[in-house]
Amino acid sequence: MNLLSIDDLDREAIERITDHAARFAEVSDREIKKVPTLRGRMVLNLFYEASTRTRGSFELAAKRLSADVVNFAADGSSVEKGESLKDTVLTLNANKPDAIVVRAPWVGTAELVSGWTDAAVINAGDGKHEHPTQALLDVYTLKRRLGKLDGLGIWIVGDVAHSRVARSNIVAFQRMGAHVTVCGPPTLIPRGIEALGCDVRFTLDEVAGADVVYALRMQHERMADAPVPSLREYAACYQINERRLTARQILMHPGPVNRGVELSGGIVDSPQALITAQVQAGLVVRMAVLYTLLSGPRAQAPLPEPQLA
Amino acid sequence: MDSQHKVVLRERDIHNALLRIAHEIAERNPDRQAPALVGIHRRGSFLAERLQPWLAELVSDDVPLGDLDIALYRDDVATRADAPVVHASHIDFEVTARTIVIVDDVLYTGRTVRAAIDALFDYGRPERVQLAVLVDRGHRELPIRPDYVGKNLPTSKAEHVHVHVHELDGIDEVVIAAAPAVVGA
Amino acid sequence: MSAAPLLSRPSPSADLLFRDVHVLDPRTGFDGRHDVRVRAGELAELGAAGTLEAEDVEVVDAQGRYHLLPAFFDTHVHLRTPGQEHKEDLETGTRAAAAGGFAGVIAMPNTDPVVDSAALLGSVREVAAREARVPVGFLPAITVGSAGVQLTEMAEMRDGGALGFSDDGRPVSSAAVMRKALRYQRLCGGVLALHEEDVSLAGKGVMHEGAVSAALGLAGIPSVSESTMVARDAALAAYEHGRVHFQHLSVHESVEAVAAAKAQGVSVSAEVTPHHLLLCDEQVRGLDSSTKVNPPLATESDRQALIEGLRSGVIDCVATDHAPHAREEKEVPFEQAPMGTTGLETAFAVLYTELVLGGVLELSLLVERMTAGAGLFELPVHRIAAGEVANLVLMDLDARWTAGEHGWESRSANCAFAGRALRGRALLTVAAGAVAYRERSFSLVAV
Repeated sequence: MNLLSIDDLDREAIERITDHAARFAEVSDREIKKVPTLRGRMVLNLFYEASTRTRGSFELAAKRLSADVVNFAADGSSVEKGESLKDTVLTLNANKPDAIVVRAPWVGTAELVSGWTDAAVINAGDGKHEHPTQALLDVYTLKRRLGKLDGLGIWIVGDVAHSRVARSNIVAFQRMGAHVTVCGPPTLIPRGIEALGCDVRFTLDEVAGADVVYALRMQHERMADAPVPSLREYAACYQINERRLTARQILMHPGPVNRGVELSGGIVDSPQALITAQVQAGLVVRMAVLYTLLSGPRAQAPLPEPQLA
Repeated sequence: MDSQHKVVLRERDIHNALLRIAHEIAERNPDRQAPALVGIHRRGSFLAERLQPWLAELVSDDVPLGDLDIALYRDDVATRADAPVVHASHIDFEVTARTIVIVDDVLYTGRTVRAAIDALFDYGRPERVQLAVLVDRGHRELPIRPDYVGKNLPTSKAEHVHVHVHELDGIDEVVIAAAPAVVGA
Repeated sequence: MSAAPLLSRPSPSADLLFRDVHVLDPRTGFDGRHDVRVRAGELAELGAAGTLEAEDVEVVDAQGRYHLLPAFFDTHVHLRTPGQEHKEDLETGTRAAAAGGFAGVIAMPNTDPVVDSAALLGSVREVAAREARVPVGFLPAITVGSAGVQLTEMAEMRDGGALGFSDDGRPVSSAAVMRKALRYQRLCGGVLALHEEDVSLAGKGVMHEGAVSAALGLAGIPSVSESTMVARDAALAAYEHGRVHFQHLSVHESVEAVAAAKAQGVSVSAEVTPHHLLLCDEQVRGLDSSTKVNPPLATESDRQALIEGLRSGVIDCVATDHAPHAREEKEVPFEQAPMGTTGLETAFAVLYTELVLGGVLELSLLVERMTAGAGLFELPVHRIAAGEVANLVLMDLDARWTAGEHGWESRSANCAFAGRALRGRALLTVAAGAVAYRERSFSLVAV
């Protein structure tokens, strides 16, 4: 069983994971914040992109469940010159990991890896394509705060073109019954995105109608292609600040935040921002994902069924 | 109820058995601090809930009540076909240095109790852990022995023991059922 | 042009009698059961079914079950010699061509090094004369290194056998350079075959820009990247009275641009590949790198426009753009994979299965479009008529097979149609008067 795309999960499956996550939240309150559930299992973090946050979150989630964690980090560009992705996976696979968490700058990498290993493969971000655990933790965070997503209006604001978070969240939020609008500079809204079922806006004029505003990170490194004339103009048009966000609206952001660009400094610290809750949700949702994928028999090796009562 | 099922304890029997257990717990724990009750999810939790007021009255003190889900501590996570559903545990009191009585409905192989003890220790270091069960049906696979037993019920391994409680099943009873005939094997 | 335009290895001339075979040639008008005699590599005689005597030669007794078609001609293949023989070489590539029923192919110059001088052209032609199973012609580069800056020595290469010129794989980005090539064409002749792509619009794109690229998060190549260049070069060709051939059209805007140029009497022609005729960007959703091609697979409506263009004659011919890549090169994330699919072995079968059996095109029209390419490069078109050199393919239209089930004749397996259930299979290919291919399980009956 793998988690490659949020599209693989129906509403029921998403809810099963977020419900489990809610129960794992209790583990973090114990004196010993660790359970033995996945003792003896090995989780391999295969990261071709620097990502302290996501990798740390997966690592901690695995450790909270008593799994062993091995980190393989490589700079994408250096790997391109040397060992191929396939050879790397086959080599690492020789140690028989039970799960491989894959983060790479290339679309479809996790799916490709899943063809070369028996381990459960978890997509922790593949290029600009998908980031399913981020979508799950965002659904979880919203459910915790609002109970359900049905009927919510959610605006995803910013650099949609370069955002895997946007793609996974458009799908996940809609599947949970919300209505999604994407908004950003026309140069950063990909042609054809409305085929995913969302509305498209190029200004924040109607953002007051949103229940939730999900701001995306405006990546400085993308500015080399000059998709917008300047960050100053971007902020003037699209920054979520106290003036644009009313008190009843909820603010989310996948982090890390560029204060003063996509979000004003003040709004980040306001009570309506769920940004810290999202980080906490990341841990329990990833615990739930690992638990769901890794409990159950590893291979077909038949073992005697122990009785419990 | 067909001939495959035999009711061995009825509502009144269960009531009496639990009341007796409450008395025994009080007698065996004369310490200044009352023991805490921790029921194992799910039916053990309801039994613990019933024991609590009786015990509190007998020891004239507050008796903390908790419940424990052992799904994360099971020793068969690797072999089950799917992930057991996890429920949140609730232990809202200080476990360390207290006597804890684990409450469950049926004691069989002892693996559940083993998991429960492991789970409990992640909340702290209890002074003492005791075990109360409504039914002990034998066939232990681990060196675990109950401190309080409602009824000893000799069974064959092929049989199933079902404890039904009002809160979940609408009736209080303990039933022995023959293993269902294997069809088409 | 002094040198022979097409070259293949020396092979014994065929002597064959096809008995009671369904001869179909849209140009000579045959569409019925006949006996056909090939003597010393020449179509010696056609007669009513059962009338020709076997003169102690191999006899193919078709009993009306098989079709005899003029062998196909492909204006666009990559045979990878020199420098990339791990993908393909002249022998394996032409074996694949013969297996697909082709009796002539034109090889592109984007090899390593690029074929951009008379010396290099001479050396690949030498290899073709030694190894090629079917005749191969060459299009050397328009610009040195296909870098788009300086014209190659086109006149010398024309004397050395160049059919024309192409920077295929890359566009001639500079309009000024393109115009210069068109002006120089008046001296040297030869068709300029153009890969049309505005690289500033295509950017880092890896697939067609649209709903699928948006959903996958892949950088898209807009359709106008191709069509604006088609329109530009058609205008330049009109201005300079030049002759250009547009390679692998992929979007409806390009078909419209070609139609407009033809309507104005500009000397343009165009080709389309089987994959652009049959696949669209929806097929890329699975991220199978064999669907990564350049130009990219566009939308279903583009596909329909290409089929209509082929039917109407706006698009002159089918070309495979056979682009072999080694397995390890394609077994990488989609964005890293090189562009291209193989196509020689499946071209006829996929088009016959989907378009002819699907009721979209007539078989005779498909045969016409799969043979017309030779004429666009001033070469004789394969015909079935007495006195012609035998360029024939014996086709079992009822044969059912799965693409790639028994491996490939090509050295590479990156076929976008791999695994497809197909109808129609070449049993025997005669190229330039010699037997170039026999299907393994098909044995001729000697009398």
